Amino acid sequence: MDRLPRWADVALVPLVSLALAAIISALVILSIGENPGEALSVMVDGALGSPYGWGYTLYYTTSFIFTGLAVTIAFHAGLFNIGGEGQSQLGGLGVALVLLSVPWPHWSVALLAASLGAAAFGAAWAAIPAWLQARRGSHIVITTIMFNYIAASLLVYMLVDVLRPAGQMDSATARFGEAVRLPTFDQIPGLNLIFDKGMPANITFFIALAAAWGVWALLWRTRLGYEIRTFGKSEAAARYAGINPTRIIMIAMLLSGALAGLMSVNNVMGEAERLVMNSAEGAGFIGIAVALMGRNHPIGVVLAAILFGFLYQGGAELGLWTKIPIELRIVVQGLVILFTGALNYMVEMLLVRIFALFRTKGAA
Amino acid sequence: MDYATLLQLLDSTLRFATPLLLACLAGLYSERAGIFDIGLEGKMLMAAMASASVAFLTGSVWIGLMAGIGAALVFAALHGIASITFRGNQLISGVALNFLASGISVLTAQRLFGQGGRTPALTDGARMHEITLPFADTLRGVPLIGPLYADVISGHSILVYVALLLVPASWWLLYRTRFGLRLRAVGENPASVDTAGVSVTGLRFAAVAITGVLCGLAGAYMATALQAGFGREMTAGRGYIALAALIFAKWRPVAALWACLLFGFFQAIALRPDVVESILTFKVPVPALDALPYALTVIVLAGFIGKAIPPRAGGEPYVKER
Repeated sequence: MDRLPRWADVALVPLVSLALAAIISALVILSIGENPGEALSVMVDGALGSPYGWGYTLYYTTSFIFTGLAVTIAFHAGLFNIGGEGQSQLGGLGVALVLLSVPWPHWSVALLAASLGAAAFGAAWAAIPAWLQARRGSHIVITTIMFNYIAASLLVYMLVDVLRPAGQMDSATARFGEAVRLPTFDQIPGLNLIFDKGMPANITFFIALAAAWGVWALLWRTRLGYEIRTFGKSEAAARYAGINPTRIIMIAMLLSGALAGLMSVNNVMGEAERLVMNSAEGAGFIGIAVALMGRNHPIGVVLAAILFGFLYQGGAELGLWTKIPIELRIVVQGLVILFTGALNYMVEMLLVRIFALFRTKGAA
Repeated sequence: MDYATLLQLLDSTLRFATPLLLACLAGLYSERAGIFDIGLEGKMLMAAMASASVAFLTGSVWIGLMAGIGAALVFAALHGIASITFRGNQLISGVALNFLASGISVLTAQRLFGQGGRTPALTDGARMHEITLPFADTLRGVPLIGPLYADVISGHSILVYVALLLVPASWWLLYRTRFGLRLRAVGENPASVDTAGVSVTGLRFAAVAITGVLCGLAGAYMATALQAGFGREMTAGRGYIALAALIFAKWRPVAALWACLLFGFFQAIALRPDVVESILTFKVPVPALDALPYALTVIVLAGFIGKAIPPRAGGEPYVKER
């Protein structure tokens, strides 16, 4: 089979996958008796048409950058971390414990401490599956799925029986308080010229961008990153080169878990301002779609996260203003994962055929 | 705990174990043929939605059952096309199809009934009825065994007995027939099957189709027998528990029965924390009981209770020529 030119492989394959997912989504909308064109305009309007919409889109984007990076870094080590959801929820527990245990004087100190707590708890939750994969050969996909469910049960226990304040009805922690409230976009000098109303997008967005840069620098500019990528490409070659598999698996998964955990700074500290049930709301799973769509590169992950941020905010607007159920988002998410992650050879074969067609025409 | 409570627990154990067992056997065929399937959950969900919807619209649970099997087969075919024909990543395909099922099932139910993604409650002929086994009432008077027969073994829907019969049937099919030998071989060493002139693709598609049918039964049981209708996300992770049971059983049919009964028992006692407390004399948090199947599976995977070795060629697409 012919190879695709590099630009086509990098840009065209995800775009064609996205187009296929969009076409099928449009057919789904048609089949439930709604108008896809109208749906798209509602989505664009609601997610990108106003600073307010952007405030939500970028809030979702922030979470998805973290979970997308988490999946990406594990992918580069040849590991499929489906446990982002559980690791994010544990990260949320870390944030809540840190913020509730000490009366923090200022949000900046609290942000630093909460980030450390979120990363540590997320990493800890990834550590057991990682160790089991490295030392006992237990398949990481299955163990991380199991750990998602164990995390859910643990959080139910913590929120119902331990952290819930006496006399409160709903299963959640106490509020974190005014002092640790993170600045949202409308409170950040410069940005407040564009964003005027209260909105959930907050300073964590910039931490997410920094994390994306950090992951890029780690993977492509350090010895450790080289070792991780080597291990992911060929375990045998890595072993021969003297790379310790246990060390790489542990480091890659701990970083992955830490990134997934960091997501909670955005939603638990930045938005909900307390830990509620099911705080990650599926963002851990969206990380899979984001990483696949972004071709496992931090730049791609940021772009794909914006796309999914748009999809999430736009989808919510659909639920509000049209008869299309909000679950359409999950359909699109599934389609994107299917085309970019499982049917990628089909898309590539398709493109190779098309390219070959042009080449023969050019030769004649 | 008295005998009546025990019988009640065993009765719910069998009820909860049935969808797990059907889904677990479903996964067994696929994975034994070398196709990992973490999409059991999605297929069950689609089948639950389709069977409940069609049963409500036609008033016949049997037409509903057929629709459920059909819906699960469509998703099985998609998984087959992605992972066999296009040699895609089987795990990612499974994840994708689970999301797809989660969304499509709600979208369809909402379109059909407009009740927030649920189907209306099923009644009469649209539900699967409980069967009283012969002599259940006459034998009830016999001490110990009588109530056990009448209350636990008798009085379930037909699919419970079908699931139980499928265990020896699957054992026979896998270990005593030519098809079963080939199916297991294609999961261990597809090249050898190919050399013998048997189609790897054909066998794997056959296995994936069986998986679809069994997931269809599992989903239909959930929506028309265990409960009276479909609700969003009603399978609630049972596809994953079935996967856990499959690993726990080390990909063997008879062991799968015991694993599913064990996990069904956990689900049954999670609903009766009072019973657990009276036996253990201390209070066990309900979430801990919920997490038990998953924790046990991790322990098994870690190789602390025997070693769970999956089929050798599992997860790898077969490439005929290079």
